[in-house]
Amino acid sequence: MALNRKIAYINLTTGEVKIKPIPLEVRKKFLGGRGLDAYLLYNNTKKGCDPLGPENALMISGGILTATCASATARTHVMAKSPLTGLLGSANMGGFFAPEMAWAGFHHLVITGKAEKPVYLFLHDGEIEIKDAANIWGKTTTDSQWAIQKELGDEEVKSCVIGPAGENLVAFASVMTGVKNAAGRTGMGAVMGSKNLKAVAARGTMDIKIAHPVEAFENNKKFIDQITSAKVNQTQGSLGTPFIWGATNSWGGLRTHNFQYNQLENADDIEPERIDEIATETIGPYHMAGCFGCQVHCRAQYRIPSGPYAGKYDEGPEYTSLGAFGAEIGCRSAETLLTGNHLVDQFGMDNLETGSLISWAMELYEKGIITDKQTDGLELTFGNDEAALEMVRRIAYRKGFVADALASGGIPATEKFGKESFDYLVQVKGMSNLHSDERATPALALNIATASRGSDHLRSRPAIDLYHLPEKVLRKIYGSPIPYDGPINSEQTSYEGKSWMVFWQENVYMGVDCLGICKYHTTFLGATLPNFEDWPKVIYYNTGLEFTPEELWTITERCNMLERLFNLREGLERNDPVKGDVLNHRYHDEPCRRGAPDVIGLYIDKDKFDTMVDELYQYKGLDKNGRPTKKTLKRLGLEDEPSHLV
Amino acid sequence: MSKVLQINHEKCTGCRLCELVCAVRHDGISNPVRSRIRVIKWEMEGVYIPMACQQCKDAPCLHGCPVSAITQNYQTGCVEVNPDICIGCRTCVSVCPFGGMSFNSIDQKVIKCDLCDGDPQCVRFCEVQALEFVEAADVSITKKREAAQRLYTADKQAAALKTKAA
Repeated sequence: MALNRKIAYINLTTGEVKIKPIPLEVRKKFLGGRGLDAYLLYNNTKKGCDPLGPENALMISGGILTATCASATARTHVMAKSPLTGLLGSANMGGFFAPEMAWAGFHHLVITGKAEKPVYLFLHDGEIEIKDAANIWGKTTTDSQWAIQKELGDEEVKSCVIGPAGENLVAFASVMTGVKNAAGRTGMGAVMGSKNLKAVAARGTMDIKIAHPVEAFENNKKFIDQITSAKVNQTQGSLGTPFIWGATNSWGGLRTHNFQYNQLENADDIEPERIDEIATETIGPYHMAGCFGCQVHCRAQYRIPSGPYAGKYDEGPEYTSLGAFGAEIGCRSAETLLTGNHLVDQFGMDNLETGSLISWAMELYEKGIITDKQTDGLELTFGNDEAALEMVRRIAYRKGFVADALASGGIPATEKFGKESFDYLVQVKGMSNLHSDERATPALALNIATASRGSDHLRSRPAIDLYHLPEKVLRKIYGSPIPYDGPINSEQTSYEGKSWMVFWQENVYMGVDCLGICKYHTTFLGATLPNFEDWPKVIYYNTGLEFTPEELWTITERCNMLERLFNLREGLERNDPVKGDVLNHRYHDEPCRRGAPDVIGLYIDKDKFDTMVDELYQYKGLDKNGRPTKKTLKRLGLEDEPSHLV
Repeated sequence: MSKVLQINHEKCTGCRLCELVCAVRHDGISNPVRSRIRVIKWEMEGVYIPMACQQCKDAPCLHGCPVSAITQNYQTGCVEVNPDICIGCRTCVSVCPFGGMSFNSIDQKVIKCDLCDGDPQCVRFCEVQALEFVEAADVSITKKREAAQRLYTADKQAAALKTKAA
């Protein structure tokens, strides 16, 4: 059954592998996936440890429901101290790796130390081998995976790997599986690279017994029907995430030219419908693919239509690539977009961070803060497609002054580019923002400012705030499982009641990440999708563990607090411009210049923003400085951390 | 008239939900080894093809079985393995031209699609209809219609070209 999947501690310095069961008591406190990883990170690292040193612990995990009879339990979670932010590092990806790891007998890996030479791990039916990766080192992400399959003589082997960017310790290198599934944010690929760990391969044939198979089976069908009946998921299933980009661009909620504008005009060639056309022309009418057990199938397939990489196969592009290789760098060509997406997939680096940092460098170049000499003559101007793609290649291999500086991440790069450059770096906690503009949407602004891994939309974004849902509907959603009768407001530009929505979403997203399922299967983009009220059944039918919605809520609160504790231990201060819960000054000082009439001129009011942060802290049980009170720690059972329960 | 499992592989998204529900429906266990249907992939081409028993009318597995554990149900058209008679020799696995016969390495028995007693669950769960359960007679007329549609489209395009040239 799912609950007998093991945790393995692997020390790459000594080669020692310890395999242990996961006690039920631990499951009941942290479930699995991201929640349990947060516990393991807090327990297995010391304050101030070097993110790229052997003492950093790297966690790779599946959720408690991974590969059970529940919908879309495909997510692999990766956690460590981040080389990009120096705070919590955490990234999550779809594909087929986590289920394979579960069939191989494992739910959680804790990897410490550093191998003497490049190695990869092979997990199979309860065993773990450390294998030589000399022949795989240097290869791209996809070539690495096929090489491992060939070496092991088994095409069913699934691997998560790093590409050249991870090997070269690019601070935002991703861990990848399949063609484009990327645990992209916070530089988990660099942590793998620093450990000389090229890949983790898995192949399993071990049974996962379903506790109540008949009920789990029928419940899964109901769950899937609920998920596929949501219009937003039907649109995702035909256009993928680019559709959100298209919609956002139309009203001016997008970030372009390093946040100077909030709408990209004349962008026909990279609109979602055009991308879909290219996929149809190069692949065929059925070009959407799905992750394990998922009926949303939001991942498009395509071949690059023209240019030097014409004919190359890849998947996506996601919203973030439309931002990174479109809006942010001021490019409007499908060829550039699809090529850029392909390059970051192959090198194994975060598309979002790559595009954001290149656009930052472009603004610095245009303002004269970066010089021609520093770029080795590369004209780093907005709309220069060639220069942008060249920068991607240079960053992956850290070639030249500017690319090498960017490869270390935004904050370290400011030391090389000069103090002035910091003002133009649109980041939170050292991580770049999603290519969306939150100046017109206070709820979303609060989300990115307070997200545990730095600026991020997948930690606490109340995306349904954009739908102008009636107050009655909002109350129904946000009023359970914990009753809430405070203010709530349907208007996206309002500051009222938004802090509760952010708090609620933070717990929901922690919930799905603990279960190991995808966010498209919960209250993220669709208001009608399952959450706390529906999860107890799924967990009980599949694992036999019983929870009430309120208990699950407390677990997610506890796991979120552990992430907070880690960040506080590593230097988070409420108002610190680098490690704080704050926004770049542009959010407060520069109003939106473009977009719909109700967007133009908007900015985030600093005082109202501070009030929202105060409210959020209150809901979370933090004091004014963002530190948990003793009472909160006691309530969540965290007063004795680190407690080393497993 | 018997119904058959029709695989429209071009529609397959590669999610392998069919494998999961097949294993859980039959054994109450999640494990692809227990699935009667498997999705074969060419990941760098984006091609995914579900493979399952074709319920052949003149089935090599049936003829090859040394203990006559395999029979054909003439009412449903389904080729069936009697697990009590099966000795696990895998002759059927080696003679099947489609890989439709699987070997469950845990229970040491061959397993194959039994059409879930007339209500295949893989079909029920496959929203994109890469798997369909249709009357055997309808399979070929559907294919004919699709092929005819392509011919018709090509013809129309050619006509347009001719008009342009003129």
